[in-house]
Amino acid sequence: MAALISGTFDVVLALALLGFAWGTLASVDLFKAIVLFIAFGLAMALVWVRLRAPDVALAEAAIGAGLTGALLLAAYAKLRTIALDATVADAGHGSHGRSAAISILILLLAAALGYAVWTLSPDGIGLGRDVAANLGRSGVGNPVTAVLLNFRGYDTLLEMMVLLLAVIGVWSLGMTPPRREPAPGVVLDTLSRVLAPLLILVAAYLLWAGADAPGGAFQAGAVLAAAGVLMLLAGWRLPAAMGGLSVRIVIVTGPATFLLLAVVALRLEGNLLQFPLGWAGNLILIIETTATISIAAILVALFVGAVPGNADRQ
Amino acid sequence: MSAALIYALAGMGLFSIGLHALFAHRHLLRKILAINVMGSGVFLVLAAAGVRDDAAIPDPVPHALIITGIVVAVAATALALVLMLKLTAQTGHPVLTDAKQDSP
Repeated sequence: MAALISGTFDVVLALALLGFAWGTLASVDLFKAIVLFIAFGLAMALVWVRLRAPDVALAEAAIGAGLTGALLLAAYAKLRTIALDATVADAGHGSHGRSAAISILILLLAAALGYAVWTLSPDGIGLGRDVAANLGRSGVGNPVTAVLLNFRGYDTLLEMMVLLLAVIGVWSLGMTPPRREPAPGVVLDTLSRVLAPLLILVAAYLLWAGADAPGGAFQAGAVLAAAGVLMLLAGWRLPAAMGGLSVRIVIVTGPATFLLLAVVALRLEGNLLQFPLGWAGNLILIIETTATISIAAILVALFVGAVPGNADRQ
Repeated sequence: MSAALIYALAGMGLFSIGLHALFAHRHLLRKILAINVMGSGVFLVLAAAGVRDDAAIPDPVPHALIITGIVVAVAATALALVLMLKLTAQTGHPVLTDAKQDSP
């Protein structure tokens, strides 16, 4: 009976997911499409919980639904002011024959992929057992954190560099900062004052708890970035005295610390990122703390778009 | 049908829907939405493949890869959105045009 109920729930959730995706991509109104995309992200977070992946659920809700949604809405708002068309809707399709051919090809591809997924053998040997066997030596109790920061730390190091690259790319394109609202509405004003300190607290908790429970640097950084975006929307701006250099220093600190500790491990143990056994837990905490602050700064910088500290140079 | 199979099929469905929308729409913001949906579909298949092994803890390596993928996707989306805005500022329309239409 329980299996029937959970199976039904899974089918309904999967259908809702597909429905949200279809609504996002087929909607004529772009604003509606973006809002449906945020709903899609939240439904994905539920799916991750069903697949026993709470870390991914936290990351999807904070980054995939929340921050991506904020980025999309900000871009949509800017697009409406600079696009020549009054209706920022679909610019039209190609010929009907061509689109029919594409649809048929994609249907065939979907059938082939569905068959491939269907015939996946139900017993696979993953790396779960290897991770569980070595978890005690990794320095943390949460297996996902152990994989991210210790067993596959190289991937995470490169991921931080990718984030840096994205900020460099966005800054090099020279965007104008978001318009400053003269007076935020009562709801935004009150909510931002209540939520911003709560979000900072939740971010600190996620960072600390990520060692042994679901959480971690990326989730904490995303929640901190959400606090930053909320304050920006309510009219807060970085004090002019802080300028561009401090923002750059904060952004670079996380990846630089990670890289520094990786090189130190190389000198001490002979392999890149091989943390000394007794120190692994503390090193991971240091890396995660600096990474959280840097990730938050990077995500807020991506939201703002403009190079910080440029206002006084113009 | 196990939960993993249901979500893996849903992931493939998302990938196909996203791919179709990527080809069908000319508006760049819709293409960016389509790519994000495709990415989510791929992550679903990855996680569903990791649940197959009925061990005590679900396989954490696909989860770590998916978290990395989500973060990289948001970075790429941010860059793509800025590129779209710059293109629209130049040409006035958020679409990609063929090169031969631009030549004098």
